[in-house]
Amino acid sequence: MENLHFVLPEIFLSLSIMFLLILGVFKKDSSILIHNISLIVLLISAVIIFNEIIEIEKIYLFNGSIVIDYLSSFMKIITLLAAFIVLAISKSYLKIIKILKIEYPILILSSILGMMIMISSNDLIVFYMGLELQSLALYVLATFNRNNLKSSEAGLKYFVLSALSSGLLLYGCSLIYGFSGSTNFDTIAVQLNSNEYALTFGIVFILVGLAFKISAVPFHMWAPDVYEGSPTTVTLFFTMVPKIAALTVFIRFLYVPFLNLIDQWQMILVFLSIASMLFGAIAAIGQTNIKRLIAYSSIGHIGYALAGLASSSNDGIQSSIMYITIYVIMNLGLFSCLLMMKRNNEYYENLEDLSGISKHHPLLSLSLLIILFSLAGIPPLAGFFAKFYIFKAVIEQSMYFLAIVGLLSTVVAAFYYLRIIKIIYFDPEKEKYDQNHSPWLKFSLTFSTILILFYFIFPSQLVEIVSRINII
Amino acid sequence: MNFPIISALILLPAIGSLFLFFSRSNNEKNTTIKYVALFTSLVNFLLSIYLWLLFDQVSSEFQFVEDREWLAGFVNYKVGIDGISILFIILTTFITPLCIISVNNTIKIRLRDFLIAILIMESFMIGVFCSLDLVVFYLFFEAGLIPMFLIVGIWGGTRRIYSAFKFFLYTLLGSVLMLVAIISIYWISGTTDVVKLYELGIDAKYQNLLWLAFFSSFAVKTPMWPVHTWLPDAHVEAPTAGSVLLAAILLKMAGYGFIRFSLGLFPIASELFTPLIYVLSVIAIIFTSLIALMQEDMKKLIAYSSVAHMGFVTLGIFTIQQQGIEGSIIQMISHGLVSAALFLCVGVVYDRMHSRLITTYGGIVTIIPKYSVLFMIFALASLGLPGTSGFIGEFLILMGAFKDNFLVAVVASLGVILGAAYILWLYKRVVFGELVNKDLEKMKDLNRSEYFILISLAIPIIFFGFYPEPLFNTIEVSVNNLISMYNLNLINK
Repeated sequence: MENLHFVLPEIFLSLSIMFLLILGVFKKDSSILIHNISLIVLLISAVIIFNEIIEIEKIYLFNGSIVIDYLSSFMKIITLLAAFIVLAISKSYLKIIKILKIEYPILILSSILGMMIMISSNDLIVFYMGLELQSLALYVLATFNRNNLKSSEAGLKYFVLSALSSGLLLYGCSLIYGFSGSTNFDTIAVQLNSNEYALTFGIVFILVGLAFKISAVPFHMWAPDVYEGSPTTVTLFFTMVPKIAALTVFIRFLYVPFLNLIDQWQMILVFLSIASMLFGAIAAIGQTNIKRLIAYSSIGHIGYALAGLASSSNDGIQSSIMYITIYVIMNLGLFSCLLMMKRNNEYYENLEDLSGISKHHPLLSLSLLIILFSLAGIPPLAGFFAKFYIFKAVIEQSMYFLAIVGLLSTVVAAFYYLRIIKIIYFDPEKEKYDQNHSPWLKFSLTFSTILILFYFIFPSQLVEIVSRINII
Repeated sequence: MNFPIISALILLPAIGSLFLFFSRSNNEKNTTIKYVALFTSLVNFLLSIYLWLLFDQVSSEFQFVEDREWLAGFVNYKVGIDGISILFIILTTFITPLCIISVNNTIKIRLRDFLIAILIMESFMIGVFCSLDLVVFYLFFEAGLIPMFLIVGIWGGTRRIYSAFKFFLYTLLGSVLMLVAIISIYWISGTTDVVKLYELGIDAKYQNLLWLAFFSSFAVKTPMWPVHTWLPDAHVEAPTAGSVLLAAILLKMAGYGFIRFSLGLFPIASELFTPLIYVLSVIAIIFTSLIALMQEDMKKLIAYSSVAHMGFVTLGIFTIQQQGIEGSIIQMISHGLVSAALFLCVGVVYDRMHSRLITTYGGIVTIIPKYSVLFMIFALASLGLPGTSGFIGEFLILMGAFKDNFLVAVVASLGVILGAAYILWLYKRVVFGELVNKDLEKMKDLNRSEYFILISLAIPIIFFGFYPEPLFNTIEVSVNNLISMYNLNLINK
């Protein structure tokens, strides 16, 4: 029982979800209240981790099925803070498109709970439970704007494909259990018999399932449609938060039980990475819808994060954690800009709607400029350092091919980012957008822009935090 | 010396641009912001002159070195100067205020943003010339793409978007390979600190690939034939001040990079690849000079002449002779001044007639005599007339080349003749001849600011043409040191 306080954030989160559900049922018109309480809940959970748990180096709970370490604490904090900002900037958006309902914050909270379980899981069953909890919440979130045809389509598509991938994943779990006799990661590591080819099949199935969740090529097909159809704030949530959790599982699953089988899965990871980087860069060129474009760009970015993982060193893992962190910050800024493109209570999300906005909205377009150049990985912005560390880790392992393909795809990707900048700065102007944005939106845009712009002054801070994460 | 003078040089323009960013520019003439920008860049110029005075010309060490921890345990923010870099820094700080003065006539929209871009650009360019760490160098080298992309794209001519994209993607593509090389150097040698790398040397078996990776970046930036095609486009479409920055300083980054990194770090590979450089340089000199002869657009002609002149520079650098390298450096400085002046000259008539076509003009000598005289000085300096700075560089380069490879030198000398041909022909067609186009009669001669800019460029061109001593004194020890180190490394391996 004394172990319970290590999972206090999770317990707190689940109790809050139940409480908020009851509150929502019994109190009428409580959506804004629930929204605000959810914000506080997220913040408190983050604070608990920050104060109590972050110092724990490594501890196993519940018969070794849950692990609390630096990795899990760091990723949980990032997840919670990202979710906090998403929820904070959602309110005004949901109000305008008239879907401000009590379910939204509760679903976000439940998916966060699922992710936290995933992040801490050290056991196939616990991991699967967390995964399903978050996925179920996400299906509903995708279709949250149910009067919109595209949103319903997105939810359905996501549900069907995701269920398929969960099935594959579960099949992989059962194979691994069958051939190692345990579902616990550490036990599997001990009892591993690397001659069993069925184990490799198990790993492949699980990798497919995970690759689906982070939308790595060739399991990315759902992403553009779902991102386009879902309400914008949900898309924002999709592009960052589930990926943080899935990436953590990726790290833990590959490096704890199957480190010895590295020859088997490294190639797969390299392939996923190269395919995602190239495909993300090339497919984004033709897009006209910003959300769709971001979907492809996020596929590309996941490719870089996977390149770090593929390099099979602590440096590589750390670099991909840093990458995902910086990516989250950049994405927050990008979507804040997208949410500011509103005129007469209508949101615009096509590339041409950005045409010439630098004339009327100099600050907004300057932020976009900085964010886009950072996404393209041009120094001295934060995105460059993210990529720099990835390639440093990759080249350390002499994986030159991966590094060169990655860098060349940054050049291709630079093209479509430049195209957006061209539309913003070089094209003729259109009508003005509204200027009255919610303070949270302004905050998140300023926050991310400043972090990106001035990251180069103190680039070691993040490295120091991340360097405590040693998995291997 | 406790005051971080180099960091101050780098940061000052950036701080100035921050001021500009927060200043309000409601009035039509924007006088305040212009003065703020001008003031910043002038202070920076004076600071760099002061640095030159403080600079110890007999020491071969890097001076005013600052070494701070930056990327923990891996890359330090290390800057410092030697005799080679100081000249480029002064060139940068000298050209920038002139660009800022020139915007009076050329930039009609978003003046404030333009000045911010120019100042940020200045920061990055100074950073390139004084960074003593490969990663820091790469950072500044690449960062310059952002403001230049915007300068070409926002304030450029009709095909600006195509040119801006071409410029950006070409340069980025060249540079990413350099990034791979830099990271590889870190894993091979354990440091990216240039001074330490000079001492340690880099293992011979890696040098060739690393050299090629650096070459891919510098060749695009120089630009060398056959990857020069972005330059005419970018030059033609960029606004005058942008062309000036591009020709005068951006191109010099690559030449500087060749001297500092390719020669300094990879002597064995440099020795191996010298024939390649020779061939490409000679092709650039002859081929682009011929192309320049055929141009009908003045800016394009000067852009191609830049490629040819940079061909001389790369040729001189890889002679690895005292004369050749010194000549290249002086040629770069001189070309920085002359090409800036020529682009400004084109800008002057373009502002009046809105045409860059040579056929538009002709016989303007009687209408705008002051302009014609100054234009002549720059044209002559460009073809390397004795008594101008252009002569000294070219002469030394050819001297170095004759020592190293007779054939290459002979062919390159032919390029000098072609250079004289295209620039004199340009001058003849624009300034002399019958006055056919009657619209030209309404042209006004140089106004005060234009006059000031062109005179201040003409003075150093002629001064260093007759008395290049200060330049030689500054670079001599550093170049000597570079060559002896190069030969030493060559023998050791």
